[in-house]
Amino acid sequence: MDIIVCIKRVAQTAEAEVKIDSSGKDIIKDHLTFDLNESDTYALEEAILLKEKFSGTLTAVSLGAAETDDTLRIALAKGADSAIRIKAEDFGELDGYKTAAILKEVIKDLKYDVIFTGCIATDDYYSQVGVILAELAGIPHATLVTKMEFVDNKAHVHRELEGGLLEHLEINLPALFAVQTGINEPRYASLIAIRRAAKKEIKVVGRDEISAEKITLNSNLEELFIPPVGKRAEILSGSMDEISTKLTGIIKEKGLL
Amino acid sequence: MAEIFALVEHRQGVIRDITYELLARGRKLVEQQSTKLTAVLLGYNTEGLIEKLKTEAHRLLVIDNELFEKFNSETYQIALSEIVKNYNPMLTLIAHTACGMDLCPALASQMDMPFTTDCLDIEIADNKLKVIRQVYDGKLNTRVLLRDNPSYMLTLRSGCFPGGGSNLSAEVEKIESPVKDEPDYRKFIEYIEAAIGEIDITKADIIIGIGRGVREKANMSIIEDFADAIGGVLACSRPVVDAGWLPKDRQVGSSGKTVKPKLYIALGISGAFQHITGMKNSDLIIAVNKDPNAPIFNEADYGIVDDLFKLVPLLKNKIMEMKQ
Repeated sequence: MDIIVCIKRVAQTAEAEVKIDSSGKDIIKDHLTFDLNESDTYALEEAILLKEKFSGTLTAVSLGAAETDDTLRIALAKGADSAIRIKAEDFGELDGYKTAAILKEVIKDLKYDVIFTGCIATDDYYSQVGVILAELAGIPHATLVTKMEFVDNKAHVHRELEGGLLEHLEINLPALFAVQTGINEPRYASLIAIRRAAKKEIKVVGRDEISAEKITLNSNLEELFIPPVGKRAEILSGSMDEISTKLTGIIKEKGLL
Repeated sequence: MAEIFALVEHRQGVIRDITYELLARGRKLVEQQSTKLTAVLLGYNTEGLIEKLKTEAHRLLVIDNELFEKFNSETYQIALSEIVKNYNPMLTLIAHTACGMDLCPALASQMDMPFTTDCLDIEIADNKLKVIRQVYDGKLNTRVLLRDNPSYMLTLRSGCFPGGGSNLSAEVEKIESPVKDEPDYRKFIEYIEAAIGEIDITKADIIIGIGRGVREKANMSIIEDFADAIGGVLACSRPVVDAGWLPKDRQVGSSGKTVKPKLYIALGISGAFQHITGMKNSDLIIAVNKDPNAPIFNEADYGIVDDLFKLVPLLKNKIMEMKQ
């Protein structure tokens, strides 16, 4: 089984303070760490598990700046056979459609039975790239995948709907699956594997190697802004001891102690 | 002026709440644009659904076919691409749900139509379509300008526009399904209901909700001791389930449970909308988070900006003293 996994390196913002830079269109990145997008970590693991089960090739592809090579090396260390970086610096502003159109041009010459992506990037929140890529490549897809099994060139997948409900689908290969977090337990790369991966070549593809046709933006980002505040919480101040006393009072007043 | 269309989302015979929100947002837009709103219903045995939707739009466009009893994005895509091609609405609104996420990007791309997803609001002015979206784990918003086109598609986030309050009288137009069979490359097999856990968190008066800020499994005992002291049950946001610290039936949010306890204490939860959706109607919300700009503080009644592990042991002791 030949597999492609599309991954993205993103600023890790879930636990960090996020501030807008002077351009008004980007964030200040100095204090942030960067790593593989969360659901892409699970997509990569699912791809490696599938390759281990059925053998074949696994190619990791990422559209990103030079630092993305580090992320691709982790993918190589974990189990990808080859890695391709598409130079984001050649393409200017990106959105879901343009990213998918570029990816499609790069993967069209590769052999594949399954393409994996994550189901959402924590930076742009689009949940678009996998579905558009499947459409452009002319293959079926499923998003929010929480379980999969492969039988007779078909995939049986569970998709997560709202409220805890799942749906079970049968999808013919080749197909694309946008993976939800929690589907597996992503492995860590061993030190030896990381050292070995450091010597592997990452194929770098630029604008010149990609046909210009239909690589367009659907939308332009005009500005970033701080979300309007609704009923902002009353922030309790003082020592932790004082705050604990205040909170205990508030909870008691509610008749809950 | 071309019309605005909204896709009805229904599941297991019930129209989902987000549908009424799309239609409410659609009504506001058509009023502003002096045009009409059409609700598109693809379903099976649709009479009951039609009754519920009659007051919600100017027109109901209905395909009643067994194929549409369940949602299959591929079947929907074939049917909707035909409908949109034939009727040419200026804008088609779709829910940003598991269904809409699977459908809209493929449908719009097939039709070469500009679109975007997970919109909080829509602005139409000077023939330009702009939307407001969230980015960076919900900590910032963006204003995005869609590429110029006569027709657009958007998915809207749930909970952004209150639904209902309409007294229109829709003209019902039934059309033949342009698709005859479910595509053989994607088949719906069955629904699988969530497993029932040992504790039903929706019945708890006090919920201690934990998130990524708990950092590691070894810290769980501190949280459990606190929950025991206050007499609450533990629930969580998605990352805690993904890490395997709590079972899936403890997850609060759009893909988990909706809770309305008397007290919800959010510990180390930043407040992504998927979580907020499931707990925002709690009577009293107290949130502890290190990031002063964490979205959870926009929902909480009281906030503490600090490391939760500095507060929790002290608070546990005070509560135990009080109870004695």
